[in-house]
Amino acid sequence: MKQLKRYVKNKSVVIGFTIISLVILAAIFAPYLTPYDPTEMDMSKRLISPNSEHLLGTDEFGRDLLTRLLYGARVSLFVGFISVSVAMTIGVLLGLISGYYGKWVDTIIMRIVDIFLSFPVILLAIALVAALGPGLGNVVIALGLVYWTNYARVVRSTVLAVKEEEYVQAAITMGASNLRIIFKYILPNVTAPIIVVATLGLGVAIVAEATLSFLGLGIQPPEPSWGWTLSVGLDFIRNAPYLSVFPGIAIMITVLGFNLLGDGLRDITDPKLNK
Amino acid sequence: MKKYILRRLLQLIPVLLGIAVISFLLLHMIPGDPATVLLGQEATPEEIERLQENLGLNDPLPVQLFNYLGSIVTFDLGTSIFRGEEVSTIILTALPATIELAVCSLLISLIIAVPLGIIAAVRQNTFLDYFSMFFAQLGISMPVFWLGVLLIMGFSVHLGWFPSFGRGEPLTEGFIHLFTTGSFSVLFASLKHLFLPALSLGVMGSAMITRMIRSTMIEVLDMDYIRTMRAGGTIEFLIVMKYAFRNALLPVITIVGLQFGNLLGGAIVTETIFGWPGLGSLVISSISQRDFPIVQGVVLTIALLFALVNLIVDLLYARINPKIRHN
Repeated sequence: MKQLKRYVKNKSVVIGFTIISLVILAAIFAPYLTPYDPTEMDMSKRLISPNSEHLLGTDEFGRDLLTRLLYGARVSLFVGFISVSVAMTIGVLLGLISGYYGKWVDTIIMRIVDIFLSFPVILLAIALVAALGPGLGNVVIALGLVYWTNYARVVRSTVLAVKEEEYVQAAITMGASNLRIIFKYILPNVTAPIIVVATLGLGVAIVAEATLSFLGLGIQPPEPSWGWTLSVGLDFIRNAPYLSVFPGIAIMITVLGFNLLGDGLRDITDPKLNK
Repeated sequence: MKKYILRRLLQLIPVLLGIAVISFLLLHMIPGDPATVLLGQEATPEEIERLQENLGLNDPLPVQLFNYLGSIVTFDLGTSIFRGEEVSTIILTALPATIELAVCSLLISLIIAVPLGIIAAVRQNTFLDYFSMFFAQLGISMPVFWLGVLLIMGFSVHLGWFPSFGRGEPLTEGFIHLFTTGSFSVLFASLKHLFLPALSLGVMGSAMITRMIRSTMIEVLDMDYIRTMRAGGTIEFLIVMKYAFRNALLPVITIVGLQFGNLLGGAIVTETIFGWPGLGSLVISSISQRDFPIVQGVVLTIALLFALVNLIVDLLYARINPKIRHN
């Protein structure tokens, strides 16, 4: 209860959580919030400016933009959650191994982290999707493969501190297996920093997906994607600027939500900041 | 210091090797036979065989890797499939445009972030602080390509002040023209083309730096020596700019180095939007042409550039902070 109060008192957490909840609800209930189909074309209604019938206007194929954005939220959130899960699984496992076993295992894993950190991440993601081919599955794989380093570093540094704790030393003395120590005694103590990194990572993954789709490498039409919709809007920037404005607002608000939530969680869970 | 430089250079070797291996593996991540995929359905068996030979795909994988590493040491990045030119020549032609854009963006980032971060720290918990932090949060959350599109909409389409596409003469040419003829025209045209892409990247970069300057300045302004100076009656401006900011600058240097890498990444998208003829536009057009040797070359070049910038930042940091050298 005391813990919950701390979360409720933190403005960043409250605002971020509210934004994210609204976006998730909008994505889930998209079919009930709009009467239109996100992929059905109607050329007689192309490029209509925002009005009472089409609140955000229509695109170059006469599709309702609000509908496309609502369904696009599903794509963005799906890519965000799955790619973060992939990155988290890789990063947490390697971080645990690196921190717990130390020595040459740690050196090798940390050097691999250094190599990945030598690339501007989005460039590596672009190159991977270019090799694997565009599409939802490959975008998720590419983002998972390039964003794992943060988890590995955070988990490793936490493990280094936790493994010196008395209860871990006691478990070692009592002859507990390495797997048991890692997953039963150490992992529960690294969940707080992992949640913070994952929350902030969701925002990063959503922008990365939008960037890949904007470049034509991500989600392929006619699937609704915020990045692709924005990219097409560039061709109609003179007579239908709303096509570029609204998808950008959708991306920014969602990412802002995850960033605020992540910042707030970090403020609460980081003891240094609490002091 | 010499020992530290040597140690950092040695540490760079495995990283560079790793970068090269990842760049090499990219080609092999293409599902199926890379040569067939790169040339497309209409390619004849002879053309496919020739490309396989050119790319060295007929050799065993370790031999291919060894040959690849050997060739990049001499900056031989192969031949472009689509253009038929040396990849290294194509990259060297595009590289100055990207560096020009990244450096100018970094300058804009600092011009925005330094005053904003300092004001936010000095006027903590006031309207100015909240405004700075709101700006920083927006800057972090806003996709760089969207900001680019908004700038084109406002300054190009609506106001018509700046061109939305292409690059003028290189800035260096503009300066040479200015010094030799005394005319601003070439430099002015270059700056007009550069302004919007550099601003969109610069705003993105400034967000993170603003937050960093604010938090380190708050920490430094709370230190005993600053309190002593205040008690001694030193002018507040002098305390902030001369004594606090100089000490707050240390962690900022690191974040500026990291931001340079982000700027290089952001440049890929920004260059595509603004038709800026740098490495970003090159890599995106090469992807659509399935010209993979260029994609590999650009990945390698940008990673190398980023590693070098980080090395310079580390050395600069060690030069300013002797504790680092001793550790």
